[in-house]
Amino acid sequence: MKSLLVAYYPILIFLIIAGGLSVMMVVASLILARQRPDSEKLSPYECGFDPFENARIRFDVRYYLVAILFIIFDLEVAFLFPWAVSLRDIGVFGFVSMAIFLAVLTIGFAYEWMKGALEWD
Amino acid sequence: MDNALWTLYARPALITVGEVLAIIVPLLVAVAYLTYAERKIIALSQLRKGPNVVGPFGLLQPFADGLKLFLKETVIPSGASPVVFVIAPILTFTLALIAWAVIPFAPGAVVANINVGILYLFAVSSLGVYGIIIAGWASNSRYAFLGALRSAAQMVSYEVASGFVLVTVLLCAGSLNLTDIVLAQRHVWFVVPLLPMFVVFYVSGLAETNRVPFDLPEGESELVAGYFVEYSAMTFALFYLGEYANIILISGMASVLFLGGWLPPAPVVPFTWIPGPLWFALKAALLAFGFLWVRTTFPRFRYDQLMRLGWKVFLPLSLGWVFLTAAVLMGTGWLPGHG
Repeated sequence: MKSLLVAYYPILIFLIIAGGLSVMMVVASLILARQRPDSEKLSPYECGFDPFENARIRFDVRYYLVAILFIIFDLEVAFLFPWAVSLRDIGVFGFVSMAIFLAVLTIGFAYEWMKGALEWD
Repeated sequence: MDNALWTLYARPALITVGEVLAIIVPLLVAVAYLTYAERKIIALSQLRKGPNVVGPFGLLQPFADGLKLFLKETVIPSGASPVVFVIAPILTFTLALIAWAVIPFAPGAVVANINVGILYLFAVSSLGVYGIIIAGWASNSRYAFLGALRSAAQMVSYEVASGFVLVTVLLCAGSLNLTDIVLAQRHVWFVVPLLPMFVVFYVSGLAETNRVPFDLPEGESELVAGYFVEYSAMTFALFYLGEYANIILISGMASVLFLGGWLPPAPVVPFTWIPGPLWFALKAALLAFGFLWVRTTFPRFRYDQLMRLGWKVFLPLSLGWVFLTAAVLMGTGWLPGHG
């Protein structure tokens, strides 16, 4: 456990340095550059018009669909990672199990395709 | 007690800080010159000269640009959520940098030699989508919002395909550690048996960094600049630098996973004279040049074409290839492993 944490210690330091650098760049610019805001300058860009309403509108449901499909497949990739590195140890049994799992998933994928969940017209 | 504190924590920390700076500083210079290279290459391909005023051959142009952006006013729109608005570019840039913690430049030359390096890379590059979603939402601007939605949908779509590609590499390498993955390519680079997967990975890389021909999120003819339309000064610069840092990262990842990282093309005399990190840099630079070349060559995709390519071509292809790779390795008994 301790050696595991030691291996991740450099990543923590990297994170602190990289994050600190980004924050510093923005803050230094905020302090050093001349800031002269006015209400026109601060209005959201909409090709010169005043915005009609709030920009946080309802949007196409297909974006949700993409997100849901992404979760399914990304979880599957997460399953495949440990399987891929230990395939030699788990042998034919492991291979067949994953083949069945992939087959089930492929059926689901084919169903989504037939249903038109992947269409953007 | 003081002594133990020094040897156990402080000294390794100082060494790590040195290593981290030894990566970040050259990386930032590389990012600066990638923007310069992009402008020069596009200019040359359009029979223009490109930046040639600031310094010899315009070589100081990136620094002039950086200084200018640094001294500009940071506009935070009145409708925006100010804190979140500023966090988004910081997050994007930080994530583009920290992925380098696990990239090996030579045997042992890596900041954090963790045993799940590739998983870390996958996780960090997945987080990149948050910077964009946050930027689009916090700006409270139509263009930014639509750009962020498109970008998020596009990035997650192509991430699935590149996830499967990583699995095929893992099957061939038998380890999640990036140094082991490079060493597994001593005899043959993975680009040879996995050529289609290399292409899928590279094209997905183009899509994940929102580059031409997948730059719909910032399609300037309809969305002006997409998710960072409201950003200015250093907050804009961080998005910009983050994008180029991600290009270099994808190029570096592709050379580690497929082109043998620091390994020379063949272990014979003229090649072995060149040190490993230089080979790595050469391969990454070649792939990064590809990003720029593609930009000057291809027109932009339509959104339905983009989604079709991701979900109906790359996904089934890479999924099938995972199965095929596993089956071939099982059948021939070439599986790598500890046993």
